[in-house]
Amino acid sequence: MTQSNRIHGGQIDRSKTIRFTFDGLPYEGHTGDTLASALLANGVRLMGRSFKYHRPRGPIAAGSEEPNAIVELRSGARTEPNTRATVAELFDGLSAQSQNRWPSLRFDALSINDRLSPFFAAGFYYKTFMWPAAFWEKLYEPIIRRAAGLGSLSKQDDPDAYDKGFLHCDLLIIGAGPSGLAAALTAARSGARVILADEDFRMGGRLNAETYMLGNNAGADWAARTVSELASLPNVRLLPRTTVIGAFDHGTYGAVERVSDHLAEPAPGKPRQILWRIYTKRSLLCGGALERPIAFENNDRPGIMLAGALRAYANRWGVAVGRRVAIFTNNDDGLRTAVDLKSKGVDIVAVIDTRPVTTKLPGLNHFQGQVIDTAGRLALKSISVRDAAGQIRVLSVDALGVSGGWNPNLGLTSHHRGRPVWNDSIAAFVPGKDGPAGLTAAGAAAGVFSTHAALTSGAAGATEALRALGFSPAPADLPQAEDAPVSITPFWYVHEGKGRAWVDPQNDVTVKDIKLAHQEGFRSVEHLKRYTTLGMATDQGKTSNTTGLAVMAELTGKSIPETGTTIFRPPHTPVAMGVLAGRARDADFRPKRLTPSHKWASEQGAVFVEVGMWLRGQWFPRQGETTWRQSVDREVLQTRKSVGICDVTTLGKIDIQGTDAGAFLDRVYANTFSTLGVNKVRYGLMLREDGMVMDDGTTARMGQNEFVMTTTTANAVPVFRHLEYCRQVLWPDMDVQLISTTEAWAQYSVAGPNARKLLAKLVDQDISDAALPYMGCQDITVCGGLRARIFRISFSGELAYEIAVPTRYGDAMIRALVEAGREFDAVVYGTEALGVMRVEKGHVAGNELNGQSSALNMGLGKMVSRKKDAIGMPLSARDGMTDPHGYRLVGVKPVDPSKPLTAGTHFVATGKPATAENDGGWLTSVVYSPHLGHSIALGYLKGGEGRKGETLRAVNLLAGTEVEVEIVSPHFIDPEGARLRG
Amino acid sequence: MSAHISLIQKGRVFVANHSLKPLTPLGHDAPERVTIGPVTITETVSTALASLASRLGREAEVASVAQAAGIPLPGPGKAAFNTPYGSFWLGPEQWMVLAPFASHEDITAHLKPLFGDAASLTEQTDAWVQFDLTGENLPALFELLCSLDSRNMADNTATRSVIEHLGTYVLRRGKDHFTIFGPRSSAASLHHALITAAKSAF
Repeated sequence: MTQSNRIHGGQIDRSKTIRFTFDGLPYEGHTGDTLASALLANGVRLMGRSFKYHRPRGPIAAGSEEPNAIVELRSGARTEPNTRATVAELFDGLSAQSQNRWPSLRFDALSINDRLSPFFAAGFYYKTFMWPAAFWEKLYEPIIRRAAGLGSLSKQDDPDAYDKGFLHCDLLIIGAGPSGLAAALTAARSGARVILADEDFRMGGRLNAETYMLGNNAGADWAARTVSELASLPNVRLLPRTTVIGAFDHGTYGAVERVSDHLAEPAPGKPRQILWRIYTKRSLLCGGALERPIAFENNDRPGIMLAGALRAYANRWGVAVGRRVAIFTNNDDGLRTAVDLKSKGVDIVAVIDTRPVTTKLPGLNHFQGQVIDTAGRLALKSISVRDAAGQIRVLSVDALGVSGGWNPNLGLTSHHRGRPVWNDSIAAFVPGKDGPAGLTAAGAAAGVFSTHAALTSGAAGATEALRALGFSPAPADLPQAEDAPVSITPFWYVHEGKGRAWVDPQNDVTVKDIKLAHQEGFRSVEHLKRYTTLGMATDQGKTSNTTGLAVMAELTGKSIPETGTTIFRPPHTPVAMGVLAGRARDADFRPKRLTPSHKWASEQGAVFVEVGMWLRGQWFPRQGETTWRQSVDREVLQTRKSVGICDVTTLGKIDIQGTDAGAFLDRVYANTFSTLGVNKVRYGLMLREDGMVMDDGTTARMGQNEFVMTTTTANAVPVFRHLEYCRQVLWPDMDVQLISTTEAWAQYSVAGPNARKLLAKLVDQDISDAALPYMGCQDITVCGGLRARIFRISFSGELAYEIAVPTRYGDAMIRALVEAGREFDAVVYGTEALGVMRVEKGHVAGNELNGQSSALNMGLGKMVSRKKDAIGMPLSARDGMTDPHGYRLVGVKPVDPSKPLTAGTHFVATGKPATAENDGGWLTSVVYSPHLGHSIALGYLKGGEGRKGETLRAVNLLAGTEVEVEIVSPHFIDPEGARLRG
Repeated sequence: MSAHISLIQKGRVFVANHSLKPLTPLGHDAPERVTIGPVTITETVSTALASLASRLGREAEVASVAQAAGIPLPGPGKAAFNTPYGSFWLGPEQWMVLAPFASHEDITAHLKPLFGDAASLTEQTDAWVQFDLTGENLPALFELLCSLDSRNMADNTATRSVIEHLGTYVLRRGKDHFTIFGPRSSAASLHHALITAAKSAF
């Protein structure tokens, strides 16, 4: 197709032709076009169907405020629904599809909704789909979603990458129209660090869409020159294609830069978009203003547009939307469209002014009147106009430009709940004084509408901000520009006619809907919004909110300021989910922590489990093993029979030094550490302030003033943070220094009857029972001189040691241990076997340290020393914490050994129903003990201390299982501890 | 108890005569170096690290011992580099001391005799992975990595920042040289983030 509506002029590059398709048909456009401008140039005005009534729609705007021309871009995995054609930059090969229609845009079966419109008025959903409630999710919602389409997802992974980034500046200028450019020039020359962001791919704002002269230059040329000057300055960062989406706390702003949206696909390694967090000392909103329509019957036909948009398409893109055009306006700015289009050779059929016409536009059919109806099924064919004398004229036109005035684009000033205030002289809301700290507005965004005033207020806004920051800005050389006053007589909607007059075209809200809301008592602006859904679509009502309020104000007989306004929230325009996720997706969702034995374990085919960020070997399958149980049983049995090796590096290690280190530990642990001998280890229990157990672990005294604390893997960071808080805030007078050494040492547990024999082959010193007794520790060397540490501690209940070497030697160490263990048939065991052995031994771990359990609950009440004060002591003695009938840690086994147990199963007394009042506690940890040949468990049982030998029911209502269990000691293996002292 | 360590002489340096072969934080025998556009990212394994914290009331003593030994103790946000010792500030009266690994592998054994019980010293060498970033326009890379105002950093500054969700120290050595210390166990994730950002930025 030819570009039949392309006229001369504009800022497109006609030497470059771009080919694209819309609904499968091929078209051509030029570099500099948007999808909307290119389609309009090709005479395509029908671009979508409305949300509720499936009315045929075309664009009404030329920017990001567009409510109608919502399309789907690209295909396959890159399909992107709900994109505004007015801001989609054209690229070669772009394929675009209309949405919310079936089977085609021109013939849409669901346009039957339009005939049924009386049934779809405001509150329709609330009134219609009230019952039965169960129908909502399964029946009503899918039907409504099908009918009220919002595009469709590809349901494939997004092949593109998105970045996040951080920028810093003294002054962030939001919008690069005349006020933003003047502000940037002023700020740039002061030496301040400036960021100038604009959502458009071509900076200049309205200067690109108007025919104004700035000095001796066309406005667009001045803008282009200014932008290139700014680009050459090292202290200015230009961010075109970047929407500032929100004002957040402490002077931070979110901005989405569309790096590659204008390309068929991003260059290798490059992101599609970047979410910038901008840290700025001051910011200046130069976002311009958005034109608003006037509501009248059938005002939504393709071809009916905002007058300023009609002008922008002609001036910036060289597109005549229609060849026979009428203008309907209540202000002088609307008249400009008539003048500009006429100068481009477009036939201006009529200029209908709601105001009395005292000075007619020369050479134009300019008269007072109102547009009362329109005709044309898929595009505008004619309008009906009643003039001041009451005569109705039907005018044959193919485009109508409507202007109801301009609203400052002040969304960002509301992001901290700031309320816009009404300004009668321009009949619009302007930013209030309660906006985000450090943010001011200039130019049209501040309600200052002439080009001259935009330039001067932008420069003044920058000057004020920079002076406050201590800069001395010199005035920029600003060109002469038009300075026409605003002349507007508020006119919101045409009262004549019984049909529908759209206020919010995106959500299909009409004047009638607002009247209905008023009639039914939903008169507050917040109720109006929710009841009618006015302004709740993806455009946030940028073109419709003020009109909606004005209609309600008229109905209630109040002024607009009395009626009030809803406020705007981030994001300013829709944001793709992908850019919020950034690179954090799939395998890169979060960083991984690898243990020192990771490489070796990978070579062995270990099955890994995520423990927080750590990847730990869960078990190490050997050839012929087909189930995880076979591997785990072997690892457990062989460890207890001979020796097993396990990477325990993930446990937190905190180096605690200072002359008060022992006294410090006495205060953070429930039990005493100051009395611990040098080269000795003790198990410690740490309470929270509320008396509950926070963490447990062993702490070794490596010297008089040197301790190494171990924590559970999960609590390594919380415990370190807690200790720092204690040291810095609670007891700054103690001589204690802390640092984490978790990552500095590769630590391996070597457990089993042959543990000492194995280690003796590697450790350079004597580690006999006499030299290194149970709960002893030492600085040693291994393998001929490498500095290392050894701790004789046991989690498995066996004779066991933990040996630590500097992490870089961790890989060599696991290989040395395995090699040295060969003669003992040593196994390397994973976290599953570790778990089995600790349950067999009755040690508590994460499932028991659940944040709701006390030392008494865990059967460790005696560890809480009453001879000293420590964190958690007072509240561990409060009511309820010392209840003799409270939960106690017990061991559990099935009466019938063939029955498996399940963690989370609850205890119920035999003969009682399985209801909450008969709940006696639950199974916290369950494993299969290969040693005993059946399931065993730890659990919390009410009054469990004296209940050994009882049989209870273990009931799992979710799984529908029930097992008869016997309460036993939690120490299933070697309760006397003979093995670990061996 | 301090164990006897057997040492052998390698050139002018004495090293432990053990049989264990080290791995780099990225899990290889030799450190990695990759160049993307103007930036070269180098995994550096030749630095020994120890934390140094003054004991309460011993601050002046620590300062004078350090000065005599040529160990710089820079103020908040600062780093300083002498030979053989460098350091950067970690917190009040707390520094990370750097020295060549070849000569100072057992770095605390070198430092403890100097400071005695006036300071707490803890080996930190293998707690960290060190990446050195060299080349032009490094802030273009950093602005995709962390919230640091890297364009405004002076030479010899050091600060804590979060990169790829990981707590790191970022040091600016010079206009075209930054050093990042990150948690060693996450070296691969951090390295991946650096390379991804470099490909995006350049």
